[in-house]
Amino acid sequence: MLEAWEFIMRRPELLAEWVLAHLWIIFVAIIIAVILGVFLGIFIAGKGKEQIADSALYLAEIVMTIPSLALFGLLMLLLGSMGLKSIGFLPAVIALIVYGQLPILRNTYTAIRAVDPAMVEAGRGMGMSERQILFRIELPLAVPVIMAGIRTSIVLLIGIATIAAFIGASGLGVPIFRGIRNARMDLILIGGISVSILALLIDGLMALVERRITPKGIKVGR
Amino acid sequence: MIKLEKVIKVYADGKKAVNEMSFEVDQGELCVFLGPSGCGKTTTMKMINRLIPITSGKISIDGVENTKINASELRRNIGYAIQEIGLFTHMTVGQNIETVPVLKGWSKSQRRERAEELLELVRMKPSEFIDKYPNELSGGQRQRVGVARALGADPPILLMDEPFGAIDPINRVELQSEFLKIQQKIKKTIIFVTHDIYEAIKMGDRIALMKDGKLVQYDTPANLLYRPKDAFVEGFVGADRALKGLQLLRVKEVMSSTYTTANMKEKAEVARERMEKEGVDWLPVVDNSGRFAGGISISDVTGVKSKTVKDVMSPSETTSDINAVLNEALSLMLSSGLKTLPIVVEDNRLAGILTFDAIQEALHEAVRAGGTK
Amino acid sequence: MKRWIVLVILLIVLVGLTVWTTSVGDIGIFHAFTYADIITHTRDHLIMVFWAVLIAVLIGVPLGTLVTRPGFSRVSPLVLGGANVGQSIPSLAIIAIMATLPFSLFFFDFGFNRETAIVALIIYGLLPIIRNSYASMSNINPALIESARGMGMTRWQIIRKIELPLAIPVIMTGIRVSTVVTVGTAELAVLVGGKGLGTITFTGVFAREVLLIIQGAAPTAFLAISLGVILESIEKWITPRGLKIKAINS
Repeated sequence: MLEAWEFIMRRPELLAEWVLAHLWIIFVAIIIAVILGVFLGIFIAGKGKEQIADSALYLAEIVMTIPSLALFGLLMLLLGSMGLKSIGFLPAVIALIVYGQLPILRNTYTAIRAVDPAMVEAGRGMGMSERQILFRIELPLAVPVIMAGIRTSIVLLIGIATIAAFIGASGLGVPIFRGIRNARMDLILIGGISVSILALLIDGLMALVERRITPKGIKVGR
Repeated sequence: MIKLEKVIKVYADGKKAVNEMSFEVDQGELCVFLGPSGCGKTTTMKMINRLIPITSGKISIDGVENTKINASELRRNIGYAIQEIGLFTHMTVGQNIETVPVLKGWSKSQRRERAEELLELVRMKPSEFIDKYPNELSGGQRQRVGVARALGADPPILLMDEPFGAIDPINRVELQSEFLKIQQKIKKTIIFVTHDIYEAIKMGDRIALMKDGKLVQYDTPANLLYRPKDAFVEGFVGADRALKGLQLLRVKEVMSSTYTTANMKEKAEVARERMEKEGVDWLPVVDNSGRFAGGISISDVTGVKSKTVKDVMSPSETTSDINAVLNEALSLMLSSGLKTLPIVVEDNRLAGILTFDAIQEALHEAVRAGGTK
Repeated sequence: MKRWIVLVILLIVLVGLTVWTTSVGDIGIFHAFTYADIITHTRDHLIMVFWAVLIAVLIGVPLGTLVTRPGFSRVSPLVLGGANVGQSIPSLAIIAIMATLPFSLFFFDFGFNRETAIVALIIYGLLPIIRNSYASMSNINPALIESARGMGMTRWQIIRKIELPLAIPVIMTGIRVSTVVTVGTAELAVLVGGKGLGTITFTGVFAREVLLIIQGAAPTAFLAISLGVILESIEKWITPRGLKIKAINS
């Protein structure tokens, strides 16, 4: 324990580097995952697309069960054969985007489908176009659930990004990896505790954002 | 104003929901679409604002075929209220009401003014309700907001699909009466779908009774009751149609304004003499200003000496307002045991009396004449 | 139908990869593992997962159920919150930290050994089980329980005949999720002295040989998906018919 503290004191910039790298990779991945996930979610939630929705969600679910190292390995192979950089940032980000998909996709889909059909009918009957219905009724109501999905994704990604260190990416997995390799307890603890604190902090932060972003009408009750 | 010509709706599975319906609804009229489940009333209504596409036939509004206008634009000029109401839970009451004005591009102040105006119309205090959320309202309140929202951009036509269906019976009656008062003021052309015959009789200027997608009879409530076209209409209206017709008559039209009374200050014997002379066994008692105070029966005055009417009478508060509908008055008579019901105006002043005989005569006359409207 | 096709394709791909990487023989300066090795490691892997899930179920189901009882309502946010935290923290972190603990608990020492790995797996696999046990037991329509009591069933009978059968499907889902996740997490066990398919994978990681990584990762993925499918079938088999009909109609 003590050695861990000493290390941080001596080389604080390393810790900062790892934390920032970790956050950066997650940030990039989550943005792309959200854009993809929400778009796809809206698409498959449309009328008559139940079959596609079913298959898409099932596929995403199965992919989720693939252990992260497996996916990393596959990506490395794929990227290598395409002549792209097969270690480090690229495969890590791609894997994160893939893993982040299911919670966001599923939540978007479920939320939009769960909108009270009476509201949609009322909106249509009053003269809203399909697009107006989506943007003025369905999406605002879906936001809290989508947000919850994003939150789940982010927490998930923090964990997976840790493992990304094993394939050359930077981040808080690096001290853990190195620590295990070289039997350095202090490094292991730095990595392990930092990433745990990071995960809890961000989860808490997301919970606050979730609450703030929920339309007031849904929170109040009689 | 709304004209349906040979309107047909056939679904993909071959089901013919609406089978050549043709009729016309005049401007300012409240037309009720009535019928059993599956008769096509809701389908027909939804073809007017094109929520359900028409298979063949023509629906014209003010002479213009409704397919000639962009669907969303058409609907923005037709108010729409459904049974589940469908208030937007993520918007305030005010924002809900302002929905169509927003779509039409009204200015912020115009919209706000209109929202407040409409809340007043449905008797909900704007300052109290305009910023509340649907989840904070009771069922009846939500229903009123639904009506206000349908009137948002002041459309000339209103389509209402069982709007009071989800409300408890007590509130429903109140909402119906209030809505009728509103209609008196705004005089919109309204299509009102219901399966409840009582509601239809109470609300409608004319009723379109439908069955299996066809129009069976399109008439005033009175004609539907007293001149049913066929066995189906007779059955639908019910064997108690005469009782239902009571809703269409007012106490004012049926009561007797000439009657004998007894004054509180008179002597009991005088009252008894009067009763014997008129051949009645009961007299209403009034005070000097004509206010109703109670009743006096022949048993009260038999064998009584040197007492005033006031001493022996039975005080009573059971009366009916002169503007009441006949079925309410009859119900009062039956439950109170009174054979003669005192009819009063302001300040409880006696204006007439109502007897069972009078009611029966009036009803009989109505049935014979085939409607009183 | 579509589901099966997707599944089968995926599994075939994974098997194919395993076969391919094994048959290569020499990878760089390393020897690929043999089929015998793969089978041994798979067995070890499964044993770890089995124990971890078993203990997680033995702790999690009673715990999750207990917290639904009226007396414990104050403790429930704590338990749920605690389990949630356990899942927020990356699995690697949990394993790593536990490995560094310098003391002993009960009858084993922490540090770099298999027991530590299993304990970490248990902690990580607990949340789905607790959460689903809690949710399913607390969502039972109270009207059902009331009629049962009115008919004269004892406390035990109610639990046995009504609450459990209604809750089992959801609990089973939780067990399935937990198992699949544990298979993935167990891959990391080798880092702290455990055994299993991670041995192969991490040989590849440390040697920076993609093919070796895949030789370990593909079977692991295969295991995860297969177990998931098997458990899902058990789930469906276990669901009382009445509940299944409702699900189709809703």
